[in-house]
Amino acid sequence: MISPSSLTELCDAVLSAPRVIAVGAETKPRLSAVDAVKISTRNLRGITEYDPSEFTFTALAGTPVREIIAALAEQGQYLPFDPLFVEFGSTIGGVVASGLSGPGRFRFGGVRDFILGVRSIDGMGRLLRLGGKVVKNAAGFDVPKFLVGSLGRFGVIGEVTFKVFPKPAAMITLSLPYSADTMARIANSRFEAAALDVLPGGETLVVKLAGPGDALEVLSREIGGQIIDSTIWDEIRETPWSYKTDITPDQVADFKTAHVSCGGSMAYSHALPARGMTLRGDAPLWIGGRPRFAIEAAVKKALDPQQRFPTLDD
Amino acid sequence: MSAALERLAELLPPGRLLVRPVELAAYESDALTAFHTRPLAVVMPETADEVIAIVRLCHELHLPFVARGSGTSLSGGSLPIADGIVIALNRLNRILKLDPLQRIAVVQPGVINTQVTTAAAPFGLHYAPDPSSQTICTIGGNVAFNSGGAHCLKYGMTSNHVLGIKAVLATGEVVEWGGGSRERLGPDWCGLFVGNEGLFGIALEITLQLLPKAECFHTVLAGYRTLEQAGDAVSAVIASGLLPGAIEIMDALALEAAVAAVHAEYPPGCEAVLIVELEGPREVVTIERERLDAILAASAPVEMRPARDADERMAIWKGRKSAFSAVGRLSPDFIVQDGVVPRRKLGEALRRIAEMSRETNIRVANVFHAGDGNLHPLILFDGREAGALQRSEELAGRILKMCVEMGGSITGEHGIGVEKRDFLGDMFTPDEIDCMQRLRAAFDPLGISNPGKMFPGKEAPALSHVGLHPLEKAGLISRE
Repeated sequence: MISPSSLTELCDAVLSAPRVIAVGAETKPRLSAVDAVKISTRNLRGITEYDPSEFTFTALAGTPVREIIAALAEQGQYLPFDPLFVEFGSTIGGVVASGLSGPGRFRFGGVRDFILGVRSIDGMGRLLRLGGKVVKNAAGFDVPKFLVGSLGRFGVIGEVTFKVFPKPAAMITLSLPYSADTMARIANSRFEAAALDVLPGGETLVVKLAGPGDALEVLSREIGGQIIDSTIWDEIRETPWSYKTDITPDQVADFKTAHVSCGGSMAYSHALPARGMTLRGDAPLWIGGRPRFAIEAAVKKALDPQQRFPTLDD
Repeated sequence: MSAALERLAELLPPGRLLVRPVELAAYESDALTAFHTRPLAVVMPETADEVIAIVRLCHELHLPFVARGSGTSLSGGSLPIADGIVIALNRLNRILKLDPLQRIAVVQPGVINTQVTTAAAPFGLHYAPDPSSQTICTIGGNVAFNSGGAHCLKYGMTSNHVLGIKAVLATGEVVEWGGGSRERLGPDWCGLFVGNEGLFGIALEITLQLLPKAECFHTVLAGYRTLEQAGDAVSAVIASGLLPGAIEIMDALALEAAVAAVHAEYPPGCEAVLIVELEGPREVVTIERERLDAILAASAPVEMRPARDADERMAIWKGRKSAFSAVGRLSPDFIVQDGVVPRRKLGEALRRIAEMSRETNIRVANVFHAGDGNLHPLILFDGREAGALQRSEELAGRILKMCVEMGGSITGEHGIGVEKRDFLGDMFTPDEIDCMQRLRAAFDPLGISNPGKMFPGKEAPALSHVGLHPLEKAGLISRE
């Protein structure tokens, strides 16, 4: 394991072995369980820029998400996509490389929708700044988005810039019996729910409302159900799920044992699903295969001609 | 007819392969009217299979192609190539699927932006990205250039609403990424494809996420004595923790234009007008509007005008969205720029633009998305004056360089295209540009898909007359 403490050292680390993979806190160990020298980002730590009035921050890849959440909270801001495994020490670089979002993805989008720019190292050891540092930017190819979910196979993330939002004043959580109709009624409504999940067992729908407290009370009466403790969202976020599957709302019934999140767009589970991605354990990384196109090898060759990083199939 | 055209003619029935100069004229230019080039031919496919066959033929013959929707690109993104063809996608204009339960629409590239929202409206849903040209621009073009609009701070750009893409790459390979789910596994291929400026290939089917339509709006127009006061008001709104759907500013010259063009009416004696819009469930907006109104009242406006009903709200937006083409009333020619600065530097940026304007004696009107620091300086000139265009372009270049120096970007939503390719090097290092060129070569080894865009150093197309696009003069399109 190499632990560079600057981006220059990170570039050197990439070139120091024939095959390398970056790791953060290894909260999703299966993603980096490959035959390669590990480069730890543990010494690449700290928020390098944060101006609350810009709604943006920049942090080194190894910065624990917990530290970022705390710094944002001091200024009344937050990461709306709800990064997972925060208490386990997940890093912001790992959040990007794994592409995992939590229940908050429902309202404003996932990791991909809040990343603005990166400084990353390609397979030739070059430090590249791609994307931008401002909330709006359309210059050049959107490589930062491509790196979301890329599992360190196309480059090493050294630093990231994210968009953030002001934190809503209050939160209310409701529990209702699940039915496809109820979920659709809430998802397509005027309520603008912040999260909409189905608990394992497939019988309970949990809804998060966020905004001014007085308004939420009125909205929650109209939605119905029971008000429950909002700490349930922390539990969901901190459960060490083993698998993630991307689904559509009409497939919710097929994922009864899983935790279905984001209005029926993703399922996190402990039991091996029919298809999906393995986060921990010995199952294949891709369960049930994955789409393959010739362009993948061509892009891999463009960014990493010597296969310094493993491929998605390693 | 050349051999290439004969082969194209085999793919399409007569009438859908245009080769006569009179037929090609309409395709010579897009909304960046300073540039025009006559292509070899224009093809008008009607199905995805026809597009695939055309691209594969282009690949076989090494024939350059440019995909085109409504031609509203402000960066010259759909400017034709003299020895290549234009693939006009307007006939691929079907909404293939609209699923209110999944809240998605699957559309062909030639579908007009507003048609998606119109189709979704009966289900209480809408498609969020709203470029000013939304009544004419196509989703295919929006995808190629990652178009923005007035609501980007809260809702993001086109890319944030694309869930799936079926595309034919420049190699002829057909790919399908993503789909109906909001989530995906593995690298974000859709994210990479959106904003490729036509350099990777052509999107054939696009899956878009739809959002519930906001129940309630609160739109306020506030007039200020100075631009700086308007800027300070924006800072106060941002600092308050509110997340408005849109925050826009127009300066005096832009206001003058809107008054002349659409008879918009603004508080007298104002150097700047600020528009702030809140949206959400009525209970939320009721509470937040009180806070917003108090913040704005404390920001020393000359006058505050909250929209009292939907008509007044539409009137406010009409003035704003027409501002660009309205500037045509003040000047025979103008350049629309599109730079981004960190929001806290907006005041400084505007001061420096005003200084440059005085120094060069060139009038500049400013319309901008203040919430996300996206400036749209409109540089006014008279193309009949010798050297006026060059001087204006020089000024535009200085403004872009200033945006980069301030830590911003040379484009917020219009893309690099032909217009800004010489500035790519101001924002990215040679290694970074090399990385992007390697990606381009992976998708398009022959360099046949929209060559001459984004990257500097390619042969410059013919520079000619500058001014309003004919469609713009007719009021059919507007620029943002």
